[in-house]
Amino acid sequence: MKIGLVVNPVAGLGGAVGLKGTDGADTVAEALRRGAVAQAGARARRAMALLAQRVPGAPLCVAPGALGADWVAGLDLAVQTAPLPAPTGSAEDTRRAVRALGDCDVLVFAGGDGTARDVASSLEGTTGLLGIPCGVKMHSGVFAISPEAAGTALGEMMLNPAAIRWDDAAEIMDIDEDILRAGRLAPRLYGYARVPQLRARIQAAKGGPRQDAGQALAGAAAEIAKGMEAGTLYLIGPGTSAGAVAQAIGHRATLLGTDALLDHKIIARDARSADLERLAQGRKLRIVLGVTGRQGFLLGRGNQTISEALIAQAGRAGLIVLATAEKLDALAQPMLWVDTGDPQLDAALSGFVHVHTGPRQRRLIRIGAAA
Amino acid sequence: MTRLPTFHAAKWDEPLVMDMGRPGGRGQLFPAPEPEVAEAVGQNPVPAAMQRKDRPVLPEITEFEAQRHYLHLSQMTLGMMGVSLFGTCTMKYNSKTSEFATWRPQIAEVHPYQHPDTLQGVLEIMHDFDGILQSLSGMDQFVFQPGGGADAAYTMTAVARAYWADRGQLGQRTEMVTSIQAHPCNPATAAAAGFTVINLPLEENGYPSLEALKAALSERTALIMLNNPDDMGIYNPEIREWVQAAKDVGALCFYDHANFNGVMGKLSARELGFDACMFMLHKTFGAPKAGGGPAVGAFGCTAELAPYMPAPVVVKQGERYVLDEDRPKSCGKIREFWGNVPQVVKAYAWARAMGAEGIQLASDISVVANNYMDHRLSQLPGIARSNPDVTKRRMEMTRWSLAPLHEETGIGTVEIANRMADYGIDPWWMSHEPWIVPQPFTPEAGELWSKEDIDLWIDVLAQIMQEARENPELVRTAPHNQPIAQVKGDAFEDPSKWAMTWRAYLRKRDQAAAQGAA
Repeated sequence: MKIGLVVNPVAGLGGAVGLKGTDGADTVAEALRRGAVAQAGARARRAMALLAQRVPGAPLCVAPGALGADWVAGLDLAVQTAPLPAPTGSAEDTRRAVRALGDCDVLVFAGGDGTARDVASSLEGTTGLLGIPCGVKMHSGVFAISPEAAGTALGEMMLNPAAIRWDDAAEIMDIDEDILRAGRLAPRLYGYARVPQLRARIQAAKGGPRQDAGQALAGAAAEIAKGMEAGTLYLIGPGTSAGAVAQAIGHRATLLGTDALLDHKIIARDARSADLERLAQGRKLRIVLGVTGRQGFLLGRGNQTISEALIAQAGRAGLIVLATAEKLDALAQPMLWVDTGDPQLDAALSGFVHVHTGPRQRRLIRIGAAA
Repeated sequence: MTRLPTFHAAKWDEPLVMDMGRPGGRGQLFPAPEPEVAEAVGQNPVPAAMQRKDRPVLPEITEFEAQRHYLHLSQMTLGMMGVSLFGTCTMKYNSKTSEFATWRPQIAEVHPYQHPDTLQGVLEIMHDFDGILQSLSGMDQFVFQPGGGADAAYTMTAVARAYWADRGQLGQRTEMVTSIQAHPCNPATAAAAGFTVINLPLEENGYPSLEALKAALSERTALIMLNNPDDMGIYNPEIREWVQAAKDVGALCFYDHANFNGVMGKLSARELGFDACMFMLHKTFGAPKAGGGPAVGAFGCTAELAPYMPAPVVVKQGERYVLDEDRPKSCGKIREFWGNVPQVVKAYAWARAMGAEGIQLASDISVVANNYMDHRLSQLPGIARSNPDVTKRRMEMTRWSLAPLHEETGIGTVEIANRMADYGIDPWWMSHEPWIVPQPFTPEAGELWSKEDIDLWIDVLAQIMQEARENPELVRTAPHNQPIAQVKGDAFEDPSKWAMTWRAYLRKRDQAAAQGAA
């Protein structure tokens, strides 16, 4: 088990001084000017101290200096530092460090959504990702709930790798901070990462053969596809869960965008809101959605092409939601959230929705307004 | 503090019984027949066509060796007589008196193919025990065919299917609604019977909201299946409204009484509006618990549903007890014959020994015992009660979480369960799936165990939690005082490693050897 560690030393700087994020050198400078104190390194150390306590002498590959090594000094870990030129103070440091660490089983980073993006974009192969939460924005589904939880998870991974299950579809999301500072929350979906699933651990003796999550999803999708009505427009939202419905009728849906299906044919790919609204005119509309990992967002995170007008037209009854039982069990709160931009619409969507978790299996979950 | 036991299990390094012994080893050597006998029956009275051609593959050992071998095996278990506060199961002592009752020839040597006139005694017991369960539930008829709680839940789904088919609505009534914390046999059996399963989430109160139930119910709902209290130990006080909401859409209501111990004699499923219920004779009623079959889930229902029950049912006609097989609307058989009759006899013996007042008192004791446990456990730093905001007292069990200790030390519920065995304490029950409470454990004291036993159990837990802080490796690698250390779970998911019979074992061993050689 090879674990790599990268710290974004300036992650989270902006939060304490009201900057809503820390993307870009100018913002970092402004945050420091306002008296912000870096937290990411100390939080990374909290996680690694727990790993050292659990698994004394555990091997750990780190980036040099403030990007890693500084924060694990003196801990009972077999630290190997990857060679790297002097840091530039930019996001490029994170990307270079990830590349220098090479092929890890799991790459741990201390940062927020911006760091997650930088790390994910530089990862290769099947390396898993685990975030030590340090950022101002953390909409991605890759973060442990605390530094200690991350440390516990790493210890568990080292001691009992067979007990860990991996989820290949954790969202990497980030917000354009300039737009956010202007008062609008508009997170975008940038891709998917592989993350360890820890809560799924069960007692093997009574567990019996496990249901394969992919099969459950495919079964649910096939059932939904079978029930599709002629003449109804189906929007397939981003992600593998929603995409499974398109796949059930032989199409490959756009992973990071929204497609439109009519009478089992894709009539628009990766479409914009205006095009979708035009297609939906005069038609019955259904919207097929997945759920973002750990955060539990249904609308308003990464799927903003599904506009308020479309959501209002479909209504809560027109939402078709798919998620595996494991994903639902791992949510931080047992709720789904909507943030359409229209508080009245959010309120109208609040209530219970059926989530398809497998063939002939559904779970009712309450939708709440995130705002 | 209680003195903790210093315990070490025996460890016998013995081959499988099939690999023991020597050619010619026998338990009994029978003398050759006397000449008069041989003359009367012939030298070989078994007709040639019925004689086996090969020899049975049996271990060739003496009776003494067989006794010694099985004694040794039993010494390597915890013996089912320890302090086992195993929640959701209500572990009880299985009285030897009722065990002996079932060894009497009137039970042990009868066969369901006998003429009912020769079975009046055992039929009377089944009929009268049906009456006892009727008084505890308000239902009109019970049947004992199901071989366990899940089998009884399956019986409900089969009865519901027959009921809706008889009304021509099976095509419309396709959904079963239950709570995510109901015993998993409810969704599993409903799925096996072809229903779509709709799970309701638990909300702040520790049970699903009425609002969620109403959102799930429709003219497609065939039935709802519920435990109350569920595994959190929280009684849902809105249960009448729940049943009414289901009735309003025409659905059937099934009360899974797996967690009956806390409400025995306190409520009646019928009065709450339910159409059917089930009792676990092997847990609540003091009969032995057994895995996957040799138990009884007694299924009872109203007269309206009774025609759809599995047949036969035992009924009294005049002074005679008869097996009513003529039930054209029956869902069919769930199991052969009448079920595990010795278990019914033991449950009957338990109920008669307890009496109505005794059953109510046992229920009170089990709730008081759990609340005593709650009080002591809540003083242990490192554990947290499920639904901590619910201040109401729990019923006969409480689900707890070791998440704080796990975060602090990395030691979780699996490790502690393993370590408990080192003190001779039966490992605890964690949780049914899904684990919505992290690092769960679910103790249930029941009415059996003394305060001393409960204190011992809690003191052992406190000791292990201290070990987790001071020497986590000791706990992580437990058990140390048992004949077998940790069992790797992987084998349970690998069919090539399972063998339920000697023949399967040989076949898979040979396959593995052939693969290894290739």
